Amino acid sequence: MSNTSVLSVRNLSVAFATADGDVIAVDKLSFDLALGETLGIVGESGSGKSVTASSIMRLNNSSSATTTGEILLEGTNILTASEDEVRSIRGKDVAMIFQDPLSALNPYYTVGHQIAEAYEVHHHGVDKSVVRSLVLDMMTKVGIPNPEKRIDEYPHQFSGGMRQRIVIAIALINQPKVLIADEPTTALDVTVQAQILDLMKSLQLEFNMAIILITHDLGVIAEVADNVLVMYAGRIVETSSVSALFAEPVHPYAFGLLGAVTSLEASDRGQLDTIAGSPPSLISLPSGCSFHPRCEFVEFGNGKCVSVVPELRSIGTLGSSTACHLSDDVIVSLGRKAARA
Amino acid sequence: MTNDLALQAIDLVKYFPTGASKILGRPTNSVRAVDGVSLTVQKGTTLGIVGESGCGKSTLARLVTRLIDPTSGSVLLDGVDITTLSGSDLRKTRRKLQMIFQDPYSSLNPRHSIGQIISQPLAIQHIVPKGQEMARTQELMERVGLNPEHYNRYPHEFSGGQRQRIGIARALALEPTVIVADEPVSALDVSIQAQILNLLENLQKELGLSYVFIAHDLSVVRHIADQVAVMYLGKVVEIGPAADVYSRPAHPYTMALLSAVPVARPSERGNGHRIRLVGDVPSPIDPPSGCRFRTRCWKATDLCAQQEPVLAPDEAGRVVACHFPNEVPVSLGIRPS
Ligand SMILES: Nc1ncnc2c1ncn2[C@@H]1O[C@H](COP(=O)(O)OP(=O)(O)OP(=O)(O)O)[C@@H](O)[C@H]1O
Ligand SMILES: Nc1ncnc2c1ncn2[C@@H]1O[C@H](COP(=O)(O)OP(=O)(O)OP(=O)(O)O)[C@@H](O)[C@H]1O
Ligand code: SF4
Ligand SMILES: [Mg+2]
Ligand SMILES: [Mg+2]
Repeated sequence: MSNTSVLSVRNLSVAFATADGDVIAVDKLSFDLALGETLGIVGESGSGKSVTASSIMRLNNSSSATTTGEILLEGTNILTASEDEVRSIRGKDVAMIFQDPLSALNPYYTVGHQIAEAYEVHHHGVDKSVVRSLVLDMMTKVGIPNPEKRIDEYPHQFSGGMRQRIVIAIALINQPKVLIADEPTTALDVTVQAQILDLMKSLQLEFNMAIILITHDLGVIAEVADNVLVMYAGRIVETSSVSALFAEPVHPYAFGLLGAVTSLEASDRGQLDTIAGSPPSLISLPSGCSFHPRCEFVEFGNGKCVSVVPELRSIGTLGSSTACHLSDDVIVSLGRKAARA
Repeated sequence: MTNDLALQAIDLVKYFPTGASKILGRPTNSVRAVDGVSLTVQKGTTLGIVGESGCGKSTLARLVTRLIDPTSGSVLLDGVDITTLSGSDLRKTRRKLQMIFQDPYSSLNPRHSIGQIISQPLAIQHIVPKGQEMARTQELMERVGLNPEHYNRYPHEFSGGQRQRIGIARALALEPTVIVADEPVSALDVSIQAQILNLLENLQKELGLSYVFIAHDLSVVRHIADQVAVMYLGKVVEIGPAADVYSRPAHPYTMALLSAVPVARPSERGNGHRIRLVGDVPSPIDPPSGCRFRTRCWKATDLCAQQEPVLAPDEAGRVVACHFPNEVPVSLGIRPS
């Protein structure tokens, strides 16, 4: 893995002012992303995954949002860049695909028009026929059969999986350095999901893009991610390589996640492990470790779980980090046990 | 033998008419949502139904609970055909058959308190003597893991998982024998999913319930089901004990489906080739001749286009609708058991 990072996020915090109080959606998040790397982000609903993603595109500049920290794209801080700079980055150096391919497409324009437009925004005055052939080429790459015919069709004439391919074509037409994919296959059937994941992997090899893949599906993570951030209530609680996450998770929330996953094999192991309770309110986060009300191991945390916010620290021999007060030995042995279960 | 059957569907068909072209005056088309499905659910067991979007799972669920009437076919509940019942007979029988939905929120009236939501069916159907509704409701709340003190709270005050518990309590209120659950955990986070699956399993053990459990998530179904039916374009293509279907899928579609599921084991990444289906599911308005899967099947021959394979036991006793079933490709990487 190369360690030249294309994207560095430093102390990113995002708060939304609401009638009930401030929602701290993302709290002091930091991570790096290298070209060619796929970084998976997992975490429960509401843990801040999408808000993180849209911050990188600087898309949550709503008046109620306060964003602090730095998002450095090859050295340029996206958060403080001018509108013009951001416009020239968005869709060109950084592109995004969302869960719902239908709402990402305009029903009134042909798919060919929409792919071409994404290109022309960043490349003025290019000959129409040149653009058209680029679009056809891209449609072929994303696996649309018969592109010469389909280029002039409208989104409703495509199936869900084909629409997601079009969305990917739009995202990749400018060969972005960073592709952010927020639940890109969640709305798709498994056989179509498999096709789309294959496609993303092969296009990543071809373009050497960095990918941020947001998903709640640990199976998808296992298949495509190189490294993983586990988020809980707006904070990173674990970072691991994908193999480390599944062999030796280092945070009690991650132990719980692994235990709760149903598998295609064995149903004879009986009850699934569960994480008791539900995620906390982001307006009044639990004191100390936000996970403590649901954590089984609070009693081993030397009394700090309830009072001190745990910082991320490196742990074990696999390059992981954890934000948990338990001692390294305890975490590693619990983690191995959780992975074996 | 029929005594062991909680629920039986016999040759169920549901066609939804769709608008015909008025200009051409063609006869009305129809969506063949469910096209000849027969199933049985043994008492106290779970039948899982899997298949991709649009294959007819929800329509089947609505047919067996008689929320909609079939185009043809019948549904036997404890041996009684519910498709021909009406009036109070229907009401009494249908009580035994409750449904749980995917989206617990939209199926709960936002203006009613949880207590009202759960106790409503009790009052309407006179399940408990007057005056005891509240006690019974709180008992149900406790049973599904809700705090009975939250009796007066409203749906929006609950999380997704808690709302699903409310939906389950409401279904249990009528003391059903069969619960049809349509994607009951699909909208929930993994950790909450596990809580609900455990709850459903415990209730089954305690109350002897039978389940029809619909999900597009194959591993969830593997976890909970005793028997599994795999649907494709309105038909069951394979049915059998979950252990058999998952470890030795006999139908090519089942193989493809299983092979597409991402497994939470990065060490197995890239091992063996996966089966990748090409193309899309054909339209249920005009399904392919012969075997409906043939347009995407790598084994298809002329026979498949000419003759529809019937769902019947093959030589190995596997119930499958395919002319060339049963050769498990080694690359599937599924352990023989
Ligand atoms: N514009 C907004 N105003 C107020 N709160 C918001 C806003 N956008 C997001 N939030 C809140 O921020 C938190 C994080 O949301 P986010 O969408 O990032 O979650 P997520 O991890 O992507 O969840 P999911 O898995 O459900 O997509 C949530 O509690 C959400 O309600
Ligand atoms: N009321 C209706 N009128 C017309 N067509 C319908 C109706 N209900 C369902 N259909 C069609 O019948 C087919 C089967 O739909 P159904 O909802 O049963 O599928 P499903 O397997 O539950 O899919 P999903 O996994 O997306 O929930 C689909 O093609 C659907 O569009
Ligand atoms: S019957 Fe033929 S087309 Fe259908 S699944 Fe079997 S081999 Fe494929
Ligand atoms: Mg999200
Ligand atoms: Mg459905």
